[in-house]
Amino acid sequence: MRTIRFLLEKEFRQIFRNKAILLLIMVMPVMQLIILPLAANYEVKNINLSVVDHDHSSYSQKLISKVTASGYFKLTGYNSSFNEGMKLVETDNADLILEIPHGFERNLVREGHQHLFIAVNAINGVKANLGGAYLGAIVKDFNNSIRLQLLPSSKFNEPAVIEVTSSNLFNPQLKYKFFMVPGILAILVTMIGGFLSALNIVKEKEFGTIEQINVTPIKKHHFILGKLIPFWMLGNVVFTLGLLVSWLIYGIVPLGNLLVLYLFASVFLLAILGFGLLVSTFCDTQQQAMFIMFFFMMIFILMGGLFTSIDSMPEWAKIVSRFNPVSYLIEVMRMVILKGSGFKDILPQLVTVGIYALILNAWAIWNYKKRN
Amino acid sequence: MSWPEVLNEVIKAMEQFINFVKKEFAHVWRDKKTLLILFGMPVIQILIFGFALTNEVKNSEIIVMDQAKDEASQQIINKIAASRYFEIKNIAMNNVQIEAAFKQGKIKMAVVFPAGFNEALLHQHKAQIQILADASDPNTATMLTNYVSSIIQDYQRSIDKTAAIPYSIVPEARMLYNPQLKGAHNFVPGVMALVLMLVCVMMTAISIVKEKETGTMEILLVSPFSPLLVILSKAVPYLILSLINVASILLLSVYVLDLPVNGSVALLFAESTLFIITCLSLGIFISVKTNSQQMAMLISLMGMFLPTVLFSGFMFPIENMPYPLQLISNLVPAKWFYLIVKSIMIKGLGFMSIWKETLILGGITIVLLVVSLKSFKIRLA
Repeated sequence: MRTIRFLLEKEFRQIFRNKAILLLIMVMPVMQLIILPLAANYEVKNINLSVVDHDHSSYSQKLISKVTASGYFKLTGYNSSFNEGMKLVETDNADLILEIPHGFERNLVREGHQHLFIAVNAINGVKANLGGAYLGAIVKDFNNSIRLQLLPSSKFNEPAVIEVTSSNLFNPQLKYKFFMVPGILAILVTMIGGFLSALNIVKEKEFGTIEQINVTPIKKHHFILGKLIPFWMLGNVVFTLGLLVSWLIYGIVPLGNLLVLYLFASVFLLAILGFGLLVSTFCDTQQQAMFIMFFFMMIFILMGGLFTSIDSMPEWAKIVSRFNPVSYLIEVMRMVILKGSGFKDILPQLVTVGIYALILNAWAIWNYKKRN
Repeated sequence: MSWPEVLNEVIKAMEQFINFVKKEFAHVWRDKKTLLILFGMPVIQILIFGFALTNEVKNSEIIVMDQAKDEASQQIINKIAASRYFEIKNIAMNNVQIEAAFKQGKIKMAVVFPAGFNEALLHQHKAQIQILADASDPNTATMLTNYVSSIIQDYQRSIDKTAAIPYSIVPEARMLYNPQLKGAHNFVPGVMALVLMLVCVMMTAISIVKEKETGTMEILLVSPFSPLLVILSKAVPYLILSLINVASILLLSVYVLDLPVNGSVALLFAESTLFIITCLSLGIFISVKTNSQQMAMLISLMGMFLPTVLFSGFMFPIENMPYPLQLISNLVPAKWFYLIVKSIMIKGLGFMSIWKETLILGGITIVLLVVSLKSFKIRLA
């Protein structure tokens, strides 16, 4: 016990001595959490639309004003040819082109049937899907209103109707920030824990101070604990700051139990710190440790379900994500904070991450011994 | 000084420079572990992200609560099950089970058929279906609700074949550039910008700070060589390494991910070179401003990773951001490179369409280099 206390004192002194880094650890995540959710916005609005109207009829005018009045689309071009519309797509000034063919109104009234052409910039799938879907819905609405206008009500019997009522659970106002903030906080906590622990031991190796520790009678697990505990505490502090920011700035109050949240975060921190330690036992320089950590962090974060859904990934990628501790943290954060999930609900995730924590730390200790 | 003398000086400086570059190269080459990571990392990442990342929503797990158990409800359920958007996880019996499944994060949506569904549809010409969506993810909730609604509408149309619907407008949609809606078209240019940026910034920042930290920088600086040459010679090997990375990323995207290079390959390499130089300058800038490897890394990774992902525009549309953040996004070099790669590779455009982006990248580079050099000189004085 005494040894650990001395080791902790040393580690804490080293952390507090470097004010710049301490400040960075505290301030950077908070700043990012304040700013980044504003940038991570995928609410569907401002879809840039170019209209190519060959018809110039009252119907085509009505359709266009209906589309622009919907609030989803911004008319960025009113062109006379498809090629001009295409130029706007090339320069990213239009996401969709709506082309109204010649004789649109005439054919619709006379032949009861007319096509409309929509071209979608499909490089980015979400915009293409959502924009196309919204435009389709507006066209359908417009179509119905024309039908009502042209058909005497008696002639057109509405067939059997299935009414669909939908409710949005857990986030009825569909606020995208509620979805992003817990996820971004998860990432920030992960980066702090992972980078700091990976760098720290390697630094002692690179500077040779680890040799001095190795010749003292300090036990290996004392040494590892001495490294783990300070970063674990730092991680929890950053986590708390993050929860405060999401409450004060974004008004997000966890629906679930805070203790459950902290329990999971604490176990997760042990896992990610263990991973950092493991990486540092394999490396000789801080540079190597950084590169390896960066490599895994990118995979952890981009495949963690924060930005793109894991369900939509191919089978092999879903299996990979099962080994990704960060995906559990993001999932649990969203569950507890937004849905109010309780201890029992997150138990499977907790057990999995707990097992990772044990394996990673044991492996780190074992690997560290082997090298000396 | 007479002309021959000046020329002589220049040649001498060049020789020195080349020697420095050689020395740095040997340095990098000796560290096989780092080299392996440097070349392996982008390759593995492009493969993983190119195949795995997609903005599409599919295979969402849902639950069905069928209190009707009649012909109509069964037919609709079959249609939902056949769609690639949904995977019916369970047929729930009661509300409690549905709530539990939502809280355990097992399902994204529940579809509820009330008792006597078919009956109501046939006799009252009106029946109800209730959809409960997990809106903690608002976009997925919206999309899934739309998908189910359109499946139900399809069904509705199919049971009423007699009524040919008059005055129909039929929208025909064409998907430009990416007819199969593959994620790779969007994510490969984005990940390319991200990986190149972070790797280049990190490498230069660290390698220069390392010399500072170990004190060898002092020795270099008191030597008669120009500090500019010292720093540039550190950047050159990384430029070459990064170009090899660009080549391997492009080969992978074309031959493994089936991504087209519709524009000029030479132009793509020229622009990549410019972007790499921008990133190396940023690395130099960071290393001039910091004193320890730890600090340099925290800034170049912790500080830049998420902002680069978010502000480059490949994850979230920049025009959705508040105006001040749109301004900030202009300072992120990856944003411009992402636009350039997308234009050349996928849209197949030429230099005339990207000269503005090119100019901005060049401008950022010059500013970074000038500022670094200035503060470097101050340190020396």
